[in-house]
Amino acid sequence: MPSVLFYIFAAVMLGFGLLVVVLRNPVSNALALAVSFLGLAALFVSLNAYFIGIIQILVYAGAVMVLFLFIIMLLDIQAEQRRKLNLPAVAGGMVLVAAFGLQLVSVLSQFEPGKRRMNEVELNLAIAADTRAASNAPARSLNADLAAGNLPDVKLIGETLFTRYNFHLQIIGVLLLVATVGVIVISRREDKPAPAGEGQAERVQGSEIA
Amino acid sequence: MITLNDYLLVSGLLFAIGLAGVVLRRNIIIIFMCLEMMLSAANLSLVAFTRFNTVNGLPDYNGQMLVFFIITVAAAEVAVGLAIIIALFRARRTVHVDDIDAMKH
Repeated sequence: MPSVLFYIFAAVMLGFGLLVVVLRNPVSNALALAVSFLGLAALFVSLNAYFIGIIQILVYAGAVMVLFLFIIMLLDIQAEQRRKLNLPAVAGGMVLVAAFGLQLVSVLSQFEPGKRRMNEVELNLAIAADTRAASNAPARSLNADLAAGNLPDVKLIGETLFTRYNFHLQIIGVLLLVATVGVIVISRREDKPAPAGEGQAERVQGSEIA
Repeated sequence: MITLNDYLLVSGLLFAIGLAGVVLRRNIIIIFMCLEMMLSAANLSLVAFTRFNTVNGLPDYNGQMLVFFIITVAAAEVAVGLAIIIALFRARRTVHVDDIDAMKH
């Protein structure tokens, strides 16, 4: 990928990321974050991670940001009024971020393996095809793609996911189930009829808030 | 051409922006968005490492699996976090973290 595109998408990602921190209206924040994630997905594609780029768009820019917008509109949150800034907290935050940035620059300037250019570590599909053929790896269509010189990104991820990481995938499935149940339990309204007698006054107050 | 350090720097800058948002903003939903941004920044450096550490001429797909799992867990985390924010808003009628200081006193 030409380096111009890298700079364009990195600038889009960082610029809209900055807007997320600066803008006051939550809806603008959410939309800026969605655009920032689009730039990030483009950087993933530039790194030959096509599948990760696509799920970045589908999951983050699609599902997660729509969920955020949905919640913002459901709660009907208005733009924040300007409050008195807590100056020590702001200064502390700035110092923290500046310290992080300085550390980043100083570490990266001494990181020799990071100075390789992308065309020095070209993908070599012929070697990959030979390795797979030598190890009698299954999945013929995958091997054919490699031999033809196309990077079968999704097929390779699928093969890794369902062989080497099969157990982890099932754990993730359980995690998603638990999260779904947990969300329903947390966000349920508690308006069951309370037992008569004690706690009646509290309940009336509670239903007012709910 | 682009080096690995360029990607790591961009990813670190995105992380720093997210960190600034978490520390400076007081709206809990914005803080949550900035947390997502920091997670994605970590993903970018992981994917950059997989691309620049080729195994037999292919990117290191073990790293991309980690990114896949991070994105899945982040999606679950967003759902749970937003449910907590809704419960909080029902109880307190605010999303401003300075107003939620019951554990301070």
